[in-house]
Amino acid sequence: MSWAGKLLRVNLTTAEITTESLNEEWKNDYLGSRGLASKYLSEEIDPACDPLSAENKMIMATGPLTGTSAATAGRYVVVTKGPLTNCIACSNSGGFIGAEMKNAGWDMVIFEGKSPKPVYLYVENDKAELLDADEIWGTSVWNTDEWLHNKHQDPLLRIAAVGRPAENGCFYAGIVNDLHRAAGRSGVGSVMASKNLKAVAIRGTKGVGNISDPEGFMKAVNEGKAVLAENPVTGQGLPAYGTQVLMNVINEIGALPAHNMKDVQFDGAHAISGEAMHEPRKSDGKPNLTTNAACFGCTIACGRISTIDQGHFSVENKSQYWGNSGGLEYEAAWALGADNGVDDLDALTYVNFICNEEGFDPITFGATVAAAMEMYEDGVLTKEQTGGIEFNFGSALALTKAADWVAANEGFGVDLALGSKRLCEKYGRPELSMTVKGQEFPAYDPRGIQGIGLNYATSNRGACHVRGYTVASEVLGIPEKTDPLTAEGKPGLVKAFQDATGAVDSSGICLFTTFAWSLDNIAPQVEAACGGGWTAERLAEVGERIWNLEREFNLKAGITSADDTLPARLRTEAAKTGPAKGLVSKVEEMMPEYYELRGWSTDGVPTEETRKKLGLS
Amino acid sequence: MEKSLVINPDKCTGCLQCELACSYENEGVFNPSKSRIKVFTFHQEGRFVPYTCTQCSEAWCQQACPVDAISLNPVTGAKEVNESSCVGCKVCTISCPFGTINYNQSSGKVIKCDLCGGNPKCVEACPTQAITYVDADQTGLDKMRQWATETDNSSSTNTANA
Repeated sequence: MSWAGKLLRVNLTTAEITTESLNEEWKNDYLGSRGLASKYLSEEIDPACDPLSAENKMIMATGPLTGTSAATAGRYVVVTKGPLTNCIACSNSGGFIGAEMKNAGWDMVIFEGKSPKPVYLYVENDKAELLDADEIWGTSVWNTDEWLHNKHQDPLLRIAAVGRPAENGCFYAGIVNDLHRAAGRSGVGSVMASKNLKAVAIRGTKGVGNISDPEGFMKAVNEGKAVLAENPVTGQGLPAYGTQVLMNVINEIGALPAHNMKDVQFDGAHAISGEAMHEPRKSDGKPNLTTNAACFGCTIACGRISTIDQGHFSVENKSQYWGNSGGLEYEAAWALGADNGVDDLDALTYVNFICNEEGFDPITFGATVAAAMEMYEDGVLTKEQTGGIEFNFGSALALTKAADWVAANEGFGVDLALGSKRLCEKYGRPELSMTVKGQEFPAYDPRGIQGIGLNYATSNRGACHVRGYTVASEVLGIPEKTDPLTAEGKPGLVKAFQDATGAVDSSGICLFTTFAWSLDNIAPQVEAACGGGWTAERLAEVGERIWNLEREFNLKAGITSADDTLPARLRTEAAKTGPAKGLVSKVEEMMPEYYELRGWSTDGVPTEETRKKLGLS
Repeated sequence: MEKSLVINPDKCTGCLQCELACSYENEGVFNPSKSRIKVFTFHQEGRFVPYTCTQCSEAWCQQACPVDAISLNPVTGAKEVNESSCVGCKVCTISCPFGTINYNQSSGKVIKCDLCGGNPKCVEACPTQAITYVDADQTGLDKMRQWATETDNSSSTNTANA
C-alpha cells in the first residue's frame, strides 16, 4: 500500500498531539503529498483567512513513494495558505527529512493553532512531543540544526527549521531542511514561525514497507533508474552542471530576464553559469564547485556543493562561511545574478549560503532587490534609504548587504523583507514588481518562451516554473519540441504540463525525473507500490483534480480572472535583443483557449460540468 | 573466485540507494536505519563516504564471539552471523575496530554485511559505481589503472635517450 496510513495532528494552541488514519477516499482521489494535503487544507480552513493567523494550518506531507527506493523518492511538501500570495501555497523540498517522516510511520503532520511560546516538534517513531524552543528562537536555521543535534545527542536526527526572517514576518521566508534544501517559496516559513513553531526534528527507524507488489516494484523502479541514467539531461547534464546547465542555454535563446526584466539577455551570464562553477579561481586555483550531491534516493544528483573564495569581500573575517555548503542552483543564480546585473559568482554563492542559513527564498529576495535597484536608478529610492550605499544594478556589495540586512531584519532589510509587490506599492511604483499574484518570477522570460508566461499567469501559487515547466518542451524538446516564440498550441501544452506535475508532486518523487520520464514511466512504480489501478490516465486526472481544487481554494480566497495575467512590462515592452527581439508576451491571447480547455467559464471559474467530471464537491 | 567490495568515495553522491537496497534485502523494508552499509556526509568538506564491513581474514568479531555465532562463508569469504546462535551480547560490536557490526533492537541480534551471499545489493543499486564488487586479489586495479594512465611515456623515453 506504500502509504503509512497515518497522520499526526499537532494542535499548537493546546499542545495536544493526536493521531488519525489517513482518509481512504481522499487518498484514492488525490494520491498523497501535494494533492492530499491540499484536500485536507481545503476542507479544514477558510480560504479567506489571514495566512499569518492561528486560523491558518500548515501541513507537511509525503507521498506514497516517499521513502522507497524509487529514484528521487525523498520529497515532501509544505501546504498552507501563503502570506506572499494570499493563495494556496505548496512548497516542495528534497533532502532527507521527508523520507525520515515516512520512516517514522507518518504520511503527514498537520499543524494547527498557535503555540503560546516558541516550541519545536520532536518525533521519534510513534513518540511525538512539543519541546521548548526558547534557546533557539531568534537564531538561524544552521544554529538551530546544530543545537538540536547536540541536545538530542543524535547525529542521525533530520531537521527542518525556520530562521530569523520567518520570525520577523518576512513575506518570503522558507523552511530549510538538512541545512540546504528548502520548501522555499510563497512564505511557508513565515506561516510556521507565526505559529511559534521553530523546528521539526524527526528520527524514524520503522522503515517503509507494505509494497503492494514487491517484485513488480523492484522491476519498475530499476527500469525507471535505467531511463534516468541513459537520458542526456538526467544522466549527464544535471549531475555535471546541476540546474545551472541552463544559464547559457536560456541566455542564448533570449529568455534570461535581466535588470528586473528590462532585458532578456545578460552579458555576465557565463560568469555565473554552471560551466563557470567548474573553472578554477584565480586566487586559490579551486573551482567554486566541490562536488555534486543527491537528495534521498536520487540517482540524478543535481545538487551543488560549493565553497566561496576565502579572499572574497563577502566572507572577509567570516570563517564560518569558508567551508562547503549548498551551492547555486539555476533559479537562485538567475535571481541573485542576472536579474540584479551582478556577475560575481562568489557574491552570489555567499548570498545563497545566507538564504539557506537564515531561511529565505533567493528567487523572491533576488527579484525584490532587482525592483529596489530599478527604483534607486529611477531616483525613487535614495542612498539614505538604502543603508548609505549605492544601490545600482550590478553592485555585488549592495546585493550582499541586502542579504545581511534581511537576515537580521535591519535597516533597508525591513523594506526588502516585504517582497517586491509590497515594496513597490510602498514607494508608489507598483508596475515595477515582476510578480503574479504577489509572487516573483523565476528565470524564464515569457517574451522569449511564450508558454511559460501562460503557466506563470495561471499558476495557483503565483509566478512559478515548477507548476508547469513548458520550458522542457519549448527549449529542450521534451517530450517534443515546440516553438518558444509562438502562442499557438500553448494552452494545451500548459494544461498538460500542469496536470502531470500535480500527479508527480503528489507521488513523492522529484519533478526533475520528468526530463526523462513521462507518466507512463511513473504509473507502474505507483501501481506496484500502492495497488488499486494507477494508470498514466488516472494520474493525469488526479493532477487535473488537484489543479481545480487549488483553483477553487484561490477563488474562495478572493482571486479572480483579473489576477491571471502578467505585469504590463512583459505584455507591452518588447524584448530588445536575441531571437525574441520585438516580441511581447501573448498571454492575453492565450487565456480564453486555456480557460476553455480547463472547462472553466470566461471568468475563470470551473463549470458545474467540470466539477462533476472531476468529482469535486 | 573470492570477491571484495571496493568503495570509491569520490564517486559517491550521498543518495543512500545502497542503504535502501541493503535494508530491503535483509529486512524486507526500505529502512536506512537497518542498513549494514552506511553513507557518511562530511558537510564542511563536501564529501560522502560509504562504509561497511571489509570481511577481515582474522575477524575480531568472530574471535570475540563467545557462542561461535559468527562463521566464515567459504564461498564468498564473508563473515556471517548465525541468528539462531547469536545471544545479542554485543561483545563483537566492542571488538570490531571499525564499528561495522551493530546491534539490531528489533531482533535482539547483531547485524553485519554478509555480501548478500555473493550478490551484494548495494553494488547493484549504486548509480555511480562508487561501490563495486571485484576479484579480492585485485581490489587496487582501478587505482593502479588511474595512475598508469598518468604515466608519461614520452618523458621517460626522452630520459632514456638523453
